[in-house]
Amino acid sequence: MTDRKLSVAAAINEALHIAMQTDPDVILLGEDVAGGGARDGDDVDEMGGVLGVTKGLVKAFPDRVLDTPISEMGIIGTAVGAAATGLRPVAELMFMDFLGTCLDPLLNQAAKLRYMFGGKARVPLTVRTVSGAGMQAAAQHSQSLYWITTGIPGLKTVIPSNPADAKGLLLSAIRDDNPVIFCEPKTVLYASGPVPEGDYEVPFGKAKIVREGSDVSLIAFGATVRVALQAAERLAADGTSAEVLDLRSLQPLDEEAILTTLAKTGSVVIVDEATPRCGIASDVAALCVDQGFDHLNTPVKRVTAPHCPVPFAKVLEDAYMPSAERVIAAVAELS
Amino acid sequence: MELKPDDLRLAYRHMRMIRLFEEKLSDLVQAGKLGGFLHLYAGEEAVAVGVCSQLQETDVVTSTHRGHGHCIAKGVEVPGMMAELFGRATGTCKGKGGSMHIADMDKGMLGANGIVGAGIPLATGAALTAKLKRTGNVAVAFFGDGASNQGQFHESLNMAANWQLPVVYVVENNGFGEFTPTEFVVPVRDIAERARSYAMRSEIADGMDFFDVAEKASKAIAAARAGEGPTLLECKTYRFMGHFVGDPLPYRHKEEAEDWIQNRDPLQGFERTVAERGLLSAGELRVIDGDVERELAAAVAAAEEAPLPSIDELLTDVYVETA
Ligand SMILES: Cc1ncc(C[n+]2csc(CCOP(=O)(O)OP(=O)(O)O)c2C)c(N)n1
Repeated sequence: MTDRKLSVAAAINEALHIAMQTDPDVILLGEDVAGGGARDGDDVDEMGGVLGVTKGLVKAFPDRVLDTPISEMGIIGTAVGAAATGLRPVAELMFMDFLGTCLDPLLNQAAKLRYMFGGKARVPLTVRTVSGAGMQAAAQHSQSLYWITTGIPGLKTVIPSNPADAKGLLLSAIRDDNPVIFCEPKTVLYASGPVPEGDYEVPFGKAKIVREGSDVSLIAFGATVRVALQAAERLAADGTSAEVLDLRSLQPLDEEAILTTLAKTGSVVIVDEATPRCGIASDVAALCVDQGFDHLNTPVKRVTAPHCPVPFAKVLEDAYMPSAERVIAAVAELS
Repeated sequence: MELKPDDLRLAYRHMRMIRLFEEKLSDLVQAGKLGGFLHLYAGEEAVAVGVCSQLQETDVVTSTHRGHGHCIAKGVEVPGMMAELFGRATGTCKGKGGSMHIADMDKGMLGANGIVGAGIPLATGAALTAKLKRTGNVAVAFFGDGASNQGQFHESLNMAANWQLPVVYVVENNGFGEFTPTEFVVPVRDIAERARSYAMRSEIADGMDFFDVAEKASKAIAAARAGEGPTLLECKTYRFMGHFVGDPLPYRHKEEAEDWIQNRDPLQGFERTVAERGLLSAGELRVIDGDVERELAAAVAAAEEAPLPSIDELLTDVYVETA
């Protein structure tokens, strides 16, 4: 490993630089991904995206970083068409909530072209999108909607919990010949951690044990990995040994890793930032019961957001989001 | 259009309140007292106030992420708005909505909106209600130049023109969508031109001039009320502050911003015009300034003292509860 520490945002920026350097077909498009910087010969500097994640890229690749109008249906639809015909676009959907304004090109086009065309199309598209709560951004800028994209056959969905995975997963996403939704959880975006130098990929469908334990398995991904680790730390102080599995990739899903940790501990708590119905937590719980039943010593527990929109007030938002306290309470219910 | 002295006093009061409200919010965010995403309306006061000065309370407006000005202009109470921004139980939306979702159905304010362009079809729907239920109401959609690149804009205008709905589309062209200059992403010179695709009336107003906006809005609203269908009203304006609080503004020219701020301030323009026409005295305006300042200070103090929402509120209002 390396001592070099970067934020997730910086790791993503580095991955984009590498992807664009190594493949001339990679283009970046989205609202303000340059951000004013395209004013040629001007003293005006660029913002590099609303959160500054893509800063510097338009200077390095002026022809391949495209500021778009505020036209998500157009952006994502165009990216799908470009992907199907020879480019390898990375489209930015500023916040995942805006999925509502561009679902068709993902749901009915990107996800299905290859299948409908009898295997004759490929859509090497990456959609980067900021997901999740934690910034008091309220109901329309805080949702975790990866359960929607995960549920659509033909799309892949990945979600990093740390900078090293963010970089490697993004490079894999861009080089994958399928449409990939790359989620950037808000509370993870500025978390810093070691990031290897150079070009490397983190393969899809490979979960990672981020803490070993023997009494209970906490299954988490994205923003909830930190929550699960906090809970594990406190559980350890009380004599309960929790293992924490970071899924990293929701589709494909590492079923083997889930069933392995389940077999080891006999108890599973799934921690998911999204709403509870039809979600990843329910999906993983079903897998545990369906295929891991013989190893289960306790019921399978889910810690999720409640079935309601994301509230604005900080006290309500804090109560909305899964917390270490709620994970510990769920573990307590097992015994 | 007739503007009585009382109308002018109210208009000035609203414009001053918007300006001070936004300046206060900027301070409060920088002092770490407010969270969330805040987009401020300072500089664009003449648009919201010019248009709303011509509306009735039962008329409906839809707004944007930059919604505080539209709320104040439509008569939403400032103490409730301030409490909402503080995330308090006494807020206009019980602290559940925040800046991007302030709404007050009782005042015909169908919401700020976090989704760019989403208010446009909502106003179109409000106009459909007005038409089919013959309420005589008019709907107004406020939105930015950036939003006019959304499909929701084009689909709505087409429908409203086909159905001749009583709606006014007010595009606030402030020259930027976030950090991208409008001319980079809008190929027509004036957004008003887009009305022609829908055989719709259009008009361009000086969005820094309350009187020009009010005059042109008044005509469009009267036409809508008379059953003569929709208008696209483009107001040329400028935002004096960043896209959001904390925006370092590297992407726009300082001289350009200075010019608008120094020479085109809608409040100063209003003051000049009322003096020239002998409509209101400077003394009267200063009294209003003082009133507004006190009202705002009281709203902040009350919001800071107000109770937080109870955790039970998390699960209320998700559905209409049927007894
Ligand atoms: C559907 C959607 N896309 C993108 C955004 C992010 N966003 C918020 S405000 C904004 C710029 C809007 O520009 P404009 O409509 O001109 O209004 P202004 O901010 O200039 O008032 C953008 C892109 C959003 N909130 N919703």
